[in-house]
Amino acid sequence: MIPDTIISWGNTLSIPVRGAPVFKIIHAQFLAPGIKRFVIEAPRIARKQQPGQFVILRIYEEGERIPVTIENSDPEQGTINIVVQSAGKTTNLLNSLETGDSILDVVGPLGKPSEIANYGTVVVVGGGVGTAMAYPTAAALKRAGNRVLSIVGARNKELVILESEMRAVSDALMTTTDDGSYADKGFVTDKLRQLIQNGTRIDLVVAVGPLVMMKAIAELTRPERIRTVVSLNPIMIDGTGMCGGCRVLIDGKSEFACVDGPEFDAHKVDFSVLVQRNAMYRAAEQKSMEEFQRAQAKAHECAVTSSVRQGGQR
Amino acid sequence: MSPTVKQSMNPVPIKDRIKVPRQLMPEQPAEARAHNFEEVNLGYDAELAKREAQRCLECAKPTCTDNCPVGVKVKEFVELIVAGDFLGAAAKVREDNVLPAITGRVCPQEDQCEGKCLLSKKVKPLGIGYLERFVADFEKNHGTAIIRKAPLTGKKVAVVGSGPSGLTVAGDLIQKGHQVRVFEALHEIGGVLVYGIPEFRLPKQIVREQIDTMRQMGVEFETDVVVGRTVTIDELLEEEGYDAVYIGTGAGLPQFMGIPGEHLNGVYSANEFLTRINLMKAYKFPVYDEPMLDLHGKNVAVIGGGNTALDAIRSALRLGAAKAYVLYRRSEAEMPARAEEVHHAQQEGIDFQMLTAPVEFLSDGKGWLTAARCVRMELGEPDASGRRRPVPKAGSEFDLPLSVAVIAIGTSANPIVQSTTPGLDTNKRGYIQASDETQRTSRKGVFAGGDIVTGAATVILAMGAGRRAAHSIHAYLTTGEW
Repeated sequence: MIPDTIISWGNTLSIPVRGAPVFKIIHAQFLAPGIKRFVIEAPRIARKQQPGQFVILRIYEEGERIPVTIENSDPEQGTINIVVQSAGKTTNLLNSLETGDSILDVVGPLGKPSEIANYGTVVVVGGGVGTAMAYPTAAALKRAGNRVLSIVGARNKELVILESEMRAVSDALMTTTDDGSYADKGFVTDKLRQLIQNGTRIDLVVAVGPLVMMKAIAELTRPERIRTVVSLNPIMIDGTGMCGGCRVLIDGKSEFACVDGPEFDAHKVDFSVLVQRNAMYRAAEQKSMEEFQRAQAKAHECAVTSSVRQGGQR
Repeated sequence: MSPTVKQSMNPVPIKDRIKVPRQLMPEQPAEARAHNFEEVNLGYDAELAKREAQRCLECAKPTCTDNCPVGVKVKEFVELIVAGDFLGAAAKVREDNVLPAITGRVCPQEDQCEGKCLLSKKVKPLGIGYLERFVADFEKNHGTAIIRKAPLTGKKVAVVGSGPSGLTVAGDLIQKGHQVRVFEALHEIGGVLVYGIPEFRLPKQIVREQIDTMRQMGVEFETDVVVGRTVTIDELLEEEGYDAVYIGTGAGLPQFMGIPGEHLNGVYSANEFLTRINLMKAYKFPVYDEPMLDLHGKNVAVIGGGNTALDAIRSALRLGAAKAYVLYRRSEAEMPARAEEVHHAQQEGIDFQMLTAPVEFLSDGKGWLTAARCVRMELGEPDASGRRRPVPKAGSEFDLPLSVAVIAIGTSANPIVQSTTPGLDTNKRGYIQASDETQRTSRKGVFAGGDIVTGAATVILAMGAGRRAAHSIHAYLTTGEW
């Protein structure tokens, strides 16, 4: 005999029914100023993640959804690694989280995986935090038998990330800094240009980084007719194709970065439209950031005041 | 209760019932509601509900039920309202409909139950939707309900998508004793009920309560799972031990018009516009972090004539738009939106530009929308849909100044599940092929229904498919026969 289920409506909470697991931060560590790596418990995602894919996350109930790079995953441990660079409110807030904290929602792996095959010689370019996304692709291309030449670039010495990881999966690694504070002064495009000028046979270029960098790479390889793939990062909400906010102009046609991408043929991408669309909420983003900083400063002030009251032991 | 007792409950003689006017739905005044997100309709009180229920002609063969995709026993629940047994009426509705507080608000009743009401031949039909809403709300405010569940079968069913069709499948199957788990890609359960339909038409608290009811009935939910990416249908069947899977992933990708300027800042798909507002609560920015463009004092237009289009433009009005236009390429007679929504939108001051279509979006040269170049249309011969085809009028071009344009012209199939499930047949438009009767797909143990099978339709049609699927999933799990 099954007891009847008694449904009561009196005590329904106003918070939504969830049912997602807890996405716990197992480990959090800064790789560079403003760039943090998180190891997150997400067994389903860890099992399925492939190079080139990303997650969308939301930190708390009032938070926005943002796409974030997956650097690596460990299916056995059921963890994924994400790398986040502080830019606006959400990324700053995320980078204030520590080991033991958790993230409300992590969904993925999203997007089509990188097309991994034995192309011959592949140049993998990682610019800034984009190196985190380029790294698993470089590793998979190496495993597939390619000769992998990697170029890692950053604004300065402190911001160079994952250099040793990239070196481990590359036949050669070149590093540049914009200000010359480490390795060679210059841009990643300078290194790629040198390779082309030296007559290096290049079968594929994979570039992940800031839009200006990816655009410059595309312009560099276009006249050489070198197949070039870039990973795009438009504004995104659901990540499943439902909203169309992430539409990018590819060869004059609308495609959705979340389901058709994020990787596209660099020579077909309309970068100027992407730059323009990514600026759509700049005013709101600045407002969010300012309020966040004010709140942070206030919290800090309170902490200082209270520690002073407690005898100034900080 | 004998039939004679029931009849005596209705004090109005049958022949006089047609003389009782349909009871008006109390609503927020148009001037006030155009500036807030609170619900437009306020709901009947017990007195209004009883008076409206008394109009029912108690047909020997009620066509209202025949015309309801889930087969709600309208005559029976209305008789219980007449008798003053509101909780009994609610329980009667719930025998066939697991989401009565929702369908009572968003069903296009004029095309379903009320469309076939005998009263409608002479006067206005019985307010079946209003009565359904009344009993569902009454039950929530006044009672508890006892759900009699069948003995546990030990069978497990995975439901992919937590919109109206998936919730219907889950609600029906849990009562038959199966274990049910619903997977949702977004962070909140409810699908289109939470990301698509706005607060002023369907308060999210109502959706949450209905979902909480299902949770209390034993349905399990898992958010943040994109089936096809996070886990595949085959993994659910082979590795996670599910005996059957129901796919109710919804319509999917928004369509764009393919006209110049669609990438300008200020041009949204309706799905994005509504998701920002409803799911992400962008209208509460900066309390909520998701931003949207400030619409205060701006001209906003929606392109399309369906419920989604009206939801979008009425939201824009509430967010402060100075002018809010509907641009529809056919005439009002062809508009697919619910009649009540069109009426409400007109009351609120939405400017309907019928027989009008944009041909280009114009910019300020810096990537921001400034206007839509439009043409006026006239209706020609009927097309494949049976509606008269709109034909552009030569020389009718004009520029409509706009800051925001919302494209609500429909959706196409989301490919994620189909492309990751070998052997799952689709039609030439990419939707999943499923039997009209059983909702079975080409894969054993896999069923599908709702918009992912039919293309964009209504909440109640999706629920109807869910009902049929639950029935045939139960048969499959009981007999093992495919």
